[in-house]
Order: sequence, then C-alpha cells, then structure tokens
Amino acid sequence: MKSEDIPSIRKIIRRNKRLELFFAVAGFLALLVGVLTFVALFAQMAWSGWERITPDFFTNFPSRRAGQAGILSAWVGSLLVMLVTALSAVPLGVAAGIYLEEYAPKNLFTDIIEINVTNLAGVPSIVYGLLALGVFVYTFGFGQSILSAGLTLGLLILPVVIVATREAIRSIPLHIREAAYGLGATRWQVTRDHIVPYSLPGILTGVIIGMSRAIGETAPIITIGALTFIAFLPESPIGPEFPWVNFEWLKSGFTVMPIQMFNWTSRPEEAFQQNAAAAGFILVLMTLAMNAVSIWIRYHVRKDIKW
Amino acid sequence: MVSSVTMRMSNQGAAEAASQGGSAADQGVGDAFSGVRPDKGVAVKASVENFSFYYGDFKALKSISMPVHEKRVTALIGPSGCGKSTLLRTFNRMHDLYPGNRYEGTIRLHPDNTNLLDPAVDPIEVRMRIGMVFQKPNPFPKSIYENVAYGLRIRGERNRSVIDDRVKEALRGAALWSEVEHRLHDPATALSGGQQQRLCIARCLATEPEVLLFDEPTSALDPIATASIEELVHELRDKVTILIVTHNMQQAARVSDYTAYMYLGELMEFGETNQIFVNPKRKETEDYITGRFG
Ligand SMILES: Nc1ncnc2c1ncn2[C@@H]1O[C@H](COP(=O)(O)OP(=O)(O)OP(=O)(O)O)[C@@H](O)[C@H]1O
Ligand SMILES: [Mg+2]
Repeated sequence: MKSEDIPSIRKIIRRNKRLELFFAVAGFLALLVGVLTFVALFAQMAWSGWERITPDFFTNFPSRRAGQAGILSAWVGSLLVMLVTALSAVPLGVAAGIYLEEYAPKNLFTDIIEINVTNLAGVPSIVYGLLALGVFVYTFGFGQSILSAGLTLGLLILPVVIVATREAIRSIPLHIREAAYGLGATRWQVTRDHIVPYSLPGILTGVIIGMSRAIGETAPIITIGALTFIAFLPESPIGPEFPWVNFEWLKSGFTVMPIQMFNWTSRPEEAFQQNAAAAGFILVLMTLAMNAVSIWIRYHVRKDIKW
Repeated sequence: MVSSVTMRMSNQGAAEAASQGGSAADQGVGDAFSGVRPDKGVAVKASVENFSFYYGDFKALKSISMPVHEKRVTALIGPSGCGKSTLLRTFNRMHDLYPGNRYEGTIRLHPDNTNLLDPAVDPIEVRMRIGMVFQKPNPFPKSIYENVAYGLRIRGERNRSVIDDRVKEALRGAALWSEVEHRLHDPATALSGGQQQRLCIARCLATEPEVLLFDEPTSALDPIATASIEELVHELRDKVTILIVTHNMQQAARVSDYTAYMYLGELMEFGETNQIFVNPKRKETEDYITGRFG
C-alpha cells in the first residue's frame, strides 16, 4: 500500500471503529436492561419488606396477624427439602454423567439418551410435579412429605447436574487422561483419581446452579401438596442419641419459602404484602448466597487445577 | 510350540538387522556421533513384524518390521505425518483408548514373547510394562510427589517408606531431585516446562518399565532443558530400552544407537545410527537427513 493511501486507510479505520462503538453501546444497554430490572425488583422488595425483617420474622410461625407472622417453617422447610434434593440429585447426576462420558459406548442408543437428557432440562417444572404426585406420593407412598418434595426437585435438577458433570469432564484435556492410562491405570482408577477430582469444581458449580433454581420452584411443590399454612417444625434430623441421625423429618408435612410468599401475596391485606416482600428478599439472598459459594469454589478450588 | 517358532524367526530377523548395522559402523566414522555404541549381537527387546495400523479406513502404517534392541536407544525419524507417533503409541496400546483403530501384525516383547497387539493381552498389562513420555509435558494437577507416586499407587504399593524411596530414586534418575527436594508437595504445574517434562520422565521411571517411549520429548523445550533431557536419555540407556521420536536430526544422531527412517507410513530404512547418517542405503533417507527433503 502506498503512502498516499494513508488518509483513506484512516477513513476505513474510523468507520470500523464507529461500528465497534455502536455495538459496545448496544451491548451495554442490553446488559443494563437485565441488571436494572433485577436491581429494581430487588430494591422494591427490600424497600417494602424492610421493616419486617427482624429476628422475630425468622423465628415465628405464620400467623393470621400479619405483624406476628414469620417464616420459620418456610425457611426450615426449604433447607430440608434442598438437603434431600442435593443428596438425591448429586450422586445420581454425577454417576450418570460419568457413565455417559467415560463408560458408555458411543452408539445410537447413547445418542438418544444424550438428546433426551438435554431435553429433560427444558421440561416445565409442573410436569415433574405431576409425575412426582403419581410416583412418589401415591405409588411409593411417601405422602405429601419433605421426602417427596426433595426427590421431585432432585429429578428436576438432575439433567442440569448431568450436563454440568459431562461438561466438566470434557474440559479435562485428553493428554491428562493419556498420562494416567499410559501408566497402566484402569478406567475406574482414572475416574476415581483424576476425572472426579478434576471435574469437581465444575460439577459443584452446576449443582449450585441447579439448586438455586430448585429453591425458588413453586409449581411442582404445590402439585405434590405442600401445605400453605403450617405451625410446626419437622423433627430435627440430628437425633439426641446414637447414631445421632433421625429420619422422621423426611415424612413430615412442610412448606417452603416461595409457597409462603405465594400464600401471603394472595391475601388482600397490605401488611401481608409487606411480609411477602420481606420473604422474597430473604429468598433472593439465599439464592445469592448459593451463587457466592459457587463463585468461591470456582476461584479457590479451580486455581489448583490447571493443565 | 507355535510361539517358539515365531520367536526363533523374530530373533533371526533381529540378528540380521543388527549385523547390517554393524557393517556400517565398521566404516569408522563413530566419532562424530557420541550416541552410537557399535555393538554386535545385542539382544532384541521387541520385534515389530509386518505391522500395519488403521485409523478407521485410513492405513497409517504399512507393514512395518524392525527390531528394538535391548538397552539401546532407537530413534524414529521422518517427515511430519509419516506415522512416527502412531507407531510409538502402538507400543503401549494408546490407540485402544479411541474407537475405530485397528492393528494388524505383531509386536513381540521379549523375553516372554508376548504379542503386545494380541486382543487377549490386556492393554493395562502392556502399559504397566512399557512407559510413555509425551510430546507436551502432562503432569497431573497434583503435587510433585503424588505425580511420581501415582504409578506405584495403581500398582497397589501402600508402604509409605517404599513409595518415598522410589519417588526419590525416580526424581534422581530424572535429574530433578535437587531442584524439587524441598518442594515435593507443591503443585507440579508450578514447575517450568523442562522440569515438568523431567517430572513426567520420573513418573515413568518410578514404575521401572522395560521399555520407555518418548514422543518428541523436547519439542516444547528450550535448548538448555533439551540438553538436560538428552543427557538423561544418555544415562538411562544403560538401564532401559528406549524408543524416541524426534524431528531433530542432530538429536537423533546424538542420542540414538539405532535409527528408523519412516516415510508415508512405511519404514524406509532401519540401521545403526552411524550407518543411517553417514552411509544411508536409500536416496530418500539421505535427502531427508541432509535437509534436501521437500
Ligand atoms: N486420530 C487420528 N485419526 C485419523 N488419522 C490420524 C489420527 N492421528 C494421526 N492420523 C494420521 O496418521 C498419519 C500419521 O500420523 P502421526 O501422528 O503418527 O504422524 P507423525 O509422524 O507423528 O507426525 P508429526 O511428526 O507431525 O508428529 C497422519 O497422516 C495423520 O494425519
Ligand atoms: Mg507425532
């Protein structure tokens, strides 16, 4: 290119940069829409529910009088249901993911399974509720219990856990596997000593994303018959004597945070709307806390695993 | 009965190859090549016989036959894509990890005469006997100590002090001990590229393999790290049979006793390194070695 062309080059560059600026602005605005909507909703909830957030709010059962109503049964219920969800979905999802990625032969059958697992993630949650009502509540006779709810949400997030597990396993470079196999390791040794530990941060991140979704789910929980007004706590999972665990709580009736909120918003009194906002604020905080844990895991556990 | 016949045949083939090499070495040009140790009648550790390899329908190796001499260094050279890595990876059945690959022919490991490619032979058994060092250093994201100990652990070694000793010995053998003795429990990924490669060699050495495979072990390293790896190969060759793939002619000349020149999936020429470099039998070999190759 000749030196006389320099002005025209500069013109081209200027035009390209204008396009770039245009995209940057458009992208930033798109981002703002998402962020501002969330911030506005969150701020509004915090604003209207703020004065209800006192220690009593956490230790009181729901009540007919809005001023005395609390979320004790709801947050305890949510925690216990999440516990069952995690304990059921994580082992199943991780094992299925590992099997699909490491063990399953690649054929039409496993292709079909793969496609279906991905599709399952898109099935509306109410459908899981209906399925669980038939299977867990009636067929297995678990009743309208924490166990049924936890397993239902476990099923709901299973595809997320499976997909996260597979993604995490796929991100392990081939040459690391070859190093292990090259030393004479069996498939199980490679899985146990390498695949699982190295994919753990990715798996945990996926689990937490799934759990943050599950904790806000209302429809399937209502479908299987969660209570909306509940003034007792399930028995403690920690027993007073050996072996210090107790499974009675699994059979207990329960409510969860979003149902408590839903219940309050459907009341006409203004004071209950305030309660709903306060509960919503707490629920969002619970979700944010879970996401914070997943971010922490990404930064602190992953930093030891690099190739 | 059958196997003893095959063994006699394969040893004959090996002896022939060795004597061919010997006659070339007699031409008295050994000085230029510090790596070469003229030596007639060396035992054969492995014999490749009519070996062909397929990636799906693609025939990557075409009826290769060559001996691998015991406690000697054999270099595989040839232009990119000629099948050096494919041949090397066959020795510890790496191709079994991926579907669609197919072996034809045999690779016999002596003295027990096991056909490495026999489907009845467990690839894990093969890999326990034959270690591999890859082109790109591939330490596990674990501690330096755990990297070296891993091969022992999967072999069922539980005794702490035995593992400690073997780790130390292997790190010494790989000329890494003095650099890492005070940081054995640091992550292996914090080591430099050259140190990582020596760690991978130590990881292999700890399991005391009968044959060591190196696939361009220095291609990612600077000249200093390269020199230290080459020196290592030099020291190791008294203890273990080594097969090394390299693109670097000087390196092949420096470290190997025997050289195989491959081209488009075929073995063009095999002989003592001296002979191959000074007096190649084929024009193609000469062109490649002297850099006239297109
Ligand atoms: N996984 C694979 N699937 C199909 N073909 C392959 C595969 N790996 C290698 N090949 C082909 O087999 C031939 C030999 O490859 P190979 O990697 O053994 O060459 P090489 O001699 O090691 O080359 P380089 O010096 O570049 O490493 C090449 O033509 C290559 O394209
Ligand atoms: Mg190669």
